[in-house]
Amino acid sequence: MKIKIQRYGTDFEIKEYEVDLQDATLLAVLNEIKTTQDASLTYASGCRSSVCGSCSVRVNGKEVLACGYKVKEGDLIEALRNVPLIRDLVVDMDKALSFNAKAKAWQSFVSKDVSLSQDDEKRNELQSDCILCGSCYSACPVYTVNEEFLGPFSLTRVWKYVSDARENAPQEKIETIQTNGVWDCTLCNECTLVCPQNISSKADIEKLRSKSVIAGYSDPNFASFGGGFGFDGSPIF
Amino acid sequence: MKSDVLVIGAGGAGLVAALKAHEAGAKVRVLCKEYPTRSQTSMAQGGINAALANVSEDSVEAHVQNTLKSAHGIANEEAVRLLCESAPEAVAWLDSIGVCFSRTKDAKIAQRTLGGASAPRACYAQDYTGLKILHTLYDRCLACGVEILNERYLLDFITNTSQTQEVFVSGASVLNIRTGEVEIYESASVIVATGGYSRIYEKHSTNATGSTGDGIAAAVRGGARLSDMEFIQFHPTALKGSSILISESARGAGGYLLNSKGERFTNELAPRDEVARAINDEMQKGEEVFLDIRHLGEEFIDEELPQERKLAKLYENIDPVYELIPVKPVAHYTMGGIEVGIDSQTKVRGLYAVGECANHRVHGANRLGGNSLLELIVFGKQAGENAAKYSKNFKPGTDLTLQTTDLLAEIQEFTDEINFYEKREFIGNLFYEKVGITREGKGLESALEEVITIHKELALMGPKDKSKIYNTNLVEFIEFKNTLELAEIILTCAIKRAESRGAHFRSDNRVQNDELYKVHSIAYKEDNAYGVKYED
Repeated sequence: MKIKIQRYGTDFEIKEYEVDLQDATLLAVLNEIKTTQDASLTYASGCRSSVCGSCSVRVNGKEVLACGYKVKEGDLIEALRNVPLIRDLVVDMDKALSFNAKAKAWQSFVSKDVSLSQDDEKRNELQSDCILCGSCYSACPVYTVNEEFLGPFSLTRVWKYVSDARENAPQEKIETIQTNGVWDCTLCNECTLVCPQNISSKADIEKLRSKSVIAGYSDPNFASFGGGFGFDGSPIF
Repeated sequence: MKSDVLVIGAGGAGLVAALKAHEAGAKVRVLCKEYPTRSQTSMAQGGINAALANVSEDSVEAHVQNTLKSAHGIANEEAVRLLCESAPEAVAWLDSIGVCFSRTKDAKIAQRTLGGASAPRACYAQDYTGLKILHTLYDRCLACGVEILNERYLLDFITNTSQTQEVFVSGASVLNIRTGEVEIYESASVIVATGGYSRIYEKHSTNATGSTGDGIAAAVRGGARLSDMEFIQFHPTALKGSSILISESARGAGGYLLNSKGERFTNELAPRDEVARAINDEMQKGEEVFLDIRHLGEEFIDEELPQERKLAKLYENIDPVYELIPVKPVAHYTMGGIEVGIDSQTKVRGLYAVGECANHRVHGANRLGGNSLLELIVFGKQAGENAAKYSKNFKPGTDLTLQTTDLLAEIQEFTDEINFYEKREFIGNLFYEKVGITREGKGLESALEEVITIHKELALMGPKDKSKIYNTNLVEFIEFKNTLELAEIILTCAIKRAESRGAHFRSDNRVQNDELYKVHSIAYKEDNAYGVKYED
């Protein structure tokens, strides 16, 4: 089977590799290439079981975890987008991850003796499945117009804490995400389509918008005349 | 800039230690080989033990007794008591910072039964317990502003000797993977939290690729001692083709183990060493072994074991709701590690160790499921607080030298005539066969000879890739070098221990011999050579 890999750093070309593996994950194929054909091929990996979020790449333009994707003949493998490229398939996630801190994606206070029901726990069970693989961040079109957008995974994380019965200062969190946050999203749903954990950041952002409206905030794109961007990312005049 | 406490490794143990040192007022810096949320802790599935009695009757004493029994005589009861007594508080703390534990109908933290436990004691978050704990700890570190530097790979600890001839730590040298430069981090105290060494078994391990014992190898090079390195736990149920873990909670919930004839052959909820051996015996007879959870039903599996279903489909092309899961035992957790006192300090002053890389003598010869996540929280707290306290009172007295050996320059001279990846795979197979679930004196001796031969050939290997930027070929070579150093120590310990105890099962010495071997093996470096001896 032949696959193509976009190299960057020491090589800058699309390189073709041939491997003799059947029904193999992309990670198994990358490992085979690295250990037997080309030791310089660079990628990140960890758990091989889709929980550590190390090995997200793009296959034919779509974000996947290399350990969770079965390779097909002729696949083109590329690094994630919207993040600085370091080498081959490895990107620098520092800035993307820094949006978690900017969005204050944590529980505001240590809260003792708050009793959670099954329903309370179910409310954000899905959001707490996030593995921070960055697939949603790479798929998000907002970054082409706003590099400071807090982004899908950070906003999902904010929803996780805002919706938690143990969070006693949700209003502060809602305030934090008014700038470069919920209103910058175009609701295009690309993040949902690529999430390996079936999380929909778009849906979480919509819920945060509702919370924002209840808290008295409004969509700045409609509040001011002649500013902002439409839902498809195009400027509104 | 200098730190008071330098934490190396950002899995559960490292992050708890960092948080607690920060709370104690220390200037903390965390260095991490990858990114914190990519650590091995993310793979822990089953749960974290605490005798909360939320589901049925339980007691701290029962937790202590279960742990001691599984440890086969070589746990330190004082440390085990500290672990089990601190457990309810540890879980309450995790709950208070936002960990999404599964709940019971009456709004308590849900608990389930794991092997060797007399009650449902493991608190869990579906089968994503480690993932959810790790991510919440990471968020807490961000909330507290703890400095975390990603993609810094430990090379060596830097030590100095005091006027009273005591060796103390002064920092660490690391490879900045992104730039290829060696960086020196000076610190009054250092906490090692770099994880275990199961990846010696390469593809015969459930672990992430980074579990190569880097901190343990660096610690023994730096003057610390290792103990009980021969005790390596094999998890009974990994997927047959890929060694991916299927959680013990599948058996805790009522899953059966079956052979090719469809017969049950063992108590599925015995401690892991016993179940792994029972499976191994079946396989030796030519049987295939399967985990059967079909009778638990789709609703239960999707609610409590969603990850298991996903992984079985992906890696074995089977759906456990309708089909049997083919399994085999593989290396999962290393009980041995850096010797620490009950205060988490190593023999090197100011150097603390915590988590799987450390040996707090709570697991003894065989760890119970649910006790490793617990260990991270209980001893992580203690290591963080103690390192902070130590650094406050630390006065070097003399000028520190921050000299390190230039490992990278040395490796540049290596000739790359032999592909080290082939040798890495060879050692993995060798260990699975000869240093696996059952061991035998002659096999261990021959394995040691093989390892020594390969170790001597190291200069004929080396990285093929010579570039500076993000050279994973180089990092993997240094990891391989670390595992080779540990492989020699493990084999020497395993040869010396001519008895069977817990996870160390000798087919040529099948009984536990308390008269000779109810002791800890201690490995140390002296005059550039490793030695092994026994101590109580």
